[in-house]
Amino acid sequence: MKSAFVTVGTTSFDELVACVVANDSLQILKSLGYNRLVLQIGRGTVVPESFSSDSFTLDVYRYKDSLKEDLQQADLVISHAGAGSCLESLEKGKPLVVVVNEKLMNNHQFELAKQLHKEGHLFYCTCSTLPGLLQSMDLSTLKCYPPGQPEKFSAFLDKVVGLQK
Amino acid sequence: MVSLLILAAAAATVVILLLVVRLWAVIRPLHVVSRESLTPLIVAGSGGHTTEILRLVGSLSGAYSPRHYVIADSDEMSAKKIESFEHARTKRDSPPEHCLHRIPRSREVRQSWLSSVFTTLHSMWFSFPLVYHLKPDLVLCNGPGTCVPICVSALLLGILGIKKVIIVYVESICRVETLSLSGKILFHLSDYFIVQWPALKEKYPKSVYLGRIV
Repeated sequence: MKSAFVTVGTTSFDELVACVVANDSLQILKSLGYNRLVLQIGRGTVVPESFSSDSFTLDVYRYKDSLKEDLQQADLVISHAGAGSCLESLEKGKPLVVVVNEKLMNNHQFELAKQLHKEGHLFYCTCSTLPGLLQSMDLSTLKCYPPGQPEKFSAFLDKVVGLQK
Repeated sequence: MVSLLILAAAAATVVILLLVVRLWAVIRPLHVVSRESLTPLIVAGSGGHTTEILRLVGSLSGAYSPRHYVIADSDEMSAKKIESFEHARTKRDSPPEHCLHRIPRSREVRQSWLSSVFTTLHSMWFSFPLVYHLKPDLVLCNGPGTCVPICVSALLLGILGIKKVIIVYVESICRVETLSLSGKILFHLSDYFIVQWPALKEKYPKSVYLGRIV
């Protein structure tokens, strides 16, 4: 069972949800061997109906306390460009496609997607270019993501607040 | 009548000058004071902001205790994340070392600039009493709108001579080339402004760059 997981974090990203369940996207996913699509839609107003057939299953929900399980089971993650969603997916070593929401202020999320793409960790696109990317991407070219180092922060903070012995 | 006006103008000028002097005194580089523990006030924000800040708090030792968190009142997701983080951190049978506080949200995503000014002022009405009551040693934040009134309140505490609060701002990992709105505001007001990408360190040489820390 090959599954794709779509997440929009705590936001609303109707365009992505609509794009992913559109016929052409579903056909592409099926042709790539995916037979399960899990959609985490957050605050969105577009709510596709979950369904299950012999060849394909669609699960739709708004939130879960933790996305760990769905991320763990996914063979592909399609995510909005929020830091939490991206980092959690990359840290689990999942192939990640980031879809940038063109309606957000200054589109700051695009900066992160662009940088991580530059470093070879993910692919990014917009809703309109998602189907094309899904068809053409080569997931084997993605590089492993080294986790951040919060211990550098604690060492710095301990020093400047006077805790360091 | 005219002399009264002149007097009022003079008084206002003196007060403003005093405030400016105090502000300068509060935000100039710190003299490090050695200590055994300190009380942080941690500002959590929607979605990824909370995830990032909890990763940072997770690296801190037990000396940072009790940990006070402040969230926007509409942010139940952050409340859950914080409770679950603290629950995992608390040793069995130990008293909880954290407290969660709520204030009105200063700005919704995509809210207009102008109305944001009013909603932020509204949040100040709640954030100043909270900061005054807690008198934290440190404010730690990473960019949600909620942090502006909290940091301004912490600054006020210093300006009024009540307490010097160390303000540490960590710009989100999302910010690679440009600062967030909160970042632009707090860059000059924070004691330590941490960025996570070299492009920002180049643009803002006074910032602190430690690499990716979340």
